[in-house]
Amino acid sequence: MAKIALFTEFSDSGPKSVTLEILGKLSDHEVNVFGVGDLSSAADELKKYGATCITSLKASSLDRYSPDGYAQLIASFLKTDPFDYLFAGSTPLAKDLFPRLSGMLDVGMASEVTEMAMEGDALKASRPLFAGKILADVEVVGPKPHIYTVRPNALGMPSSPTSKDAEIKAVDEAHIDPPRAMVKELIKGLSEKVDLAEANIIVSGGRALKSSENFKILDDLANVLGATVGASRAAVDSGYAPHSMQVGQTGKTVSPTLYIACGISGSIQHLAGMRTSKVIVAVNTDPDAPIFQKTDYGIVGDLFEIVPLLTEELKKILN
Amino acid sequence: MNIFVCIKQVPDTETKIKPNDKGSYIDTTGIKWITNPYDEFAIEQALLLKAANTGSVVTAIRVGGVKDTEALRTAMAMGADEAILVEAPDDLDSYSTAKALKGAMEKSGKKPDIVFCGKQAIDDDCLQVPQLLAQMLDIPSVSVIVGFEQKGEDIVVKREIEGGSLEIYELKTPCLVATNKGLNTPRYASLPGIMRAKKKPLQQMGLEEVGVSPSESKVKYSQFRLPPEKPPGKKFDAMDEAQRADVVGQVAQLLRKEAKVI
Repeated sequence: MAKIALFTEFSDSGPKSVTLEILGKLSDHEVNVFGVGDLSSAADELKKYGATCITSLKASSLDRYSPDGYAQLIASFLKTDPFDYLFAGSTPLAKDLFPRLSGMLDVGMASEVTEMAMEGDALKASRPLFAGKILADVEVVGPKPHIYTVRPNALGMPSSPTSKDAEIKAVDEAHIDPPRAMVKELIKGLSEKVDLAEANIIVSGGRALKSSENFKILDDLANVLGATVGASRAAVDSGYAPHSMQVGQTGKTVSPTLYIACGISGSIQHLAGMRTSKVIVAVNTDPDAPIFQKTDYGIVGDLFEIVPLLTEELKKILN
Repeated sequence: MNIFVCIKQVPDTETKIKPNDKGSYIDTTGIKWITNPYDEFAIEQALLLKAANTGSVVTAIRVGGVKDTEALRTAMAMGADEAILVEAPDDLDSYSTAKALKGAMEKSGKKPDIVFCGKQAIDDDCLQVPQLLAQMLDIPSVSVIVGFEQKGEDIVVKREIEGGSLEIYELKTPCLVATNKGLNTPRYASLPGIMRAKKKPLQQMGLEEVGVSPSESKVKYSQFRLPPEKPPGKKFDAMDEAQRADVVGQVAQLLRKEAKVI
């Protein structure tokens, strides 16, 4: 049995779902799920999905995120117990934190794996490179713990999780050097929706939208579906949408359950960023647009006509 | 100020990528190489900072294959003062790359006041080198920045997180920042700039010289392969008004009953 540490982020409503996706792949092993702050709000859910230990790391000096502060805190926790593996969801915070942590521990790290399975005590994992144009097997070697971060929505939620009775631990304040980079202020974005990288459904618009105002028709569809709105590079470069909404090789790589591409022709770099979506729908006036080679359901038509109709139709079905 | 900017050469985003025969890496024949797009924002910010701080020197460093020195020459044509190329295999892992960058900075004899990197290279998409390098240099770092301001002794940066929210950080130098799209508009190299760049110093170093052995690699890749192709889907014609409602109704039902995603 491998000894595994799993870092989680959480809110009052529980742990991030990528934590549960990872837990689902580790059910035969000893998994210590840990986080910074009091994990009680996440404990029930973590037990249900098979955590064997739940550890809250206390740090009164870290009420806000600090890359070097968090890395020190986690490094000191990991030193108390020799772990074989360290996992985390590849979230904006973990993408920033874990490379620094790997440097601090002097161990290797594989970023953003999309497939993984334990074979005995050894992990087999693979990940996309070149924004998904290529897949490769990846293995961390050398000193432990071996660090792997996992792309949200890639592994899928376990269908029948193994519930375990986890031990609850709290680790006392570790001594850490004063953080040198720390969040001073947080400016909330306009969108209250799930981030693109974690969204289950995405409605995306391309240059054919013609203006930022026209994105409203995508917002209407997204609201009916509980979806997050994305955009192609062409739409972002034309100023119709901010870069935070860009899907593709120079934007975000996404793998939602449903991706609806509206007025997006499907450049190589856009396809690379969304091709792992489970079901892809496209609306485009050009029947030869490359996007149709990747779609499950393609509609050749004018998005300004089709999208409002689709919104109404789905509203009927979902009510 | 000693300003360093770390850049990488990557395949153009519109390039088709395929594995090599052994599946040990990609087939690099015929690939058009470009400066990693996120690094262009790093170069631009380094040049803006240099302009605001007289006497500053901007050094561009690249670790990678010596296919050509285009990316470094472009950085110098945009305004960087000098460049260092550390010759290394294209698939060098993040850890060794960061170590090589640190080694090259030490060898240059300049102590970095600020280091700029792109937030991610669009070839291996690891997003590790900037933070690893900062850790190795023992300096603070902030990644994915979309705002940068020098305020007296402090550097104030905005980092983009989920849903377009922003975190504000105040840093003291020396520090490292990793840049995102939206931070600035990278300048084009001017013709006189391109001419001048040809005379600017470009130092070449080997991996061993900067203290890195490729056998130190901590991450191993194998079985490079193309992702599985999707079987062809269903396509509906809804150009005519007469077909529209019917097609949309069908697709909505398929999403519910066949794909079961809503």
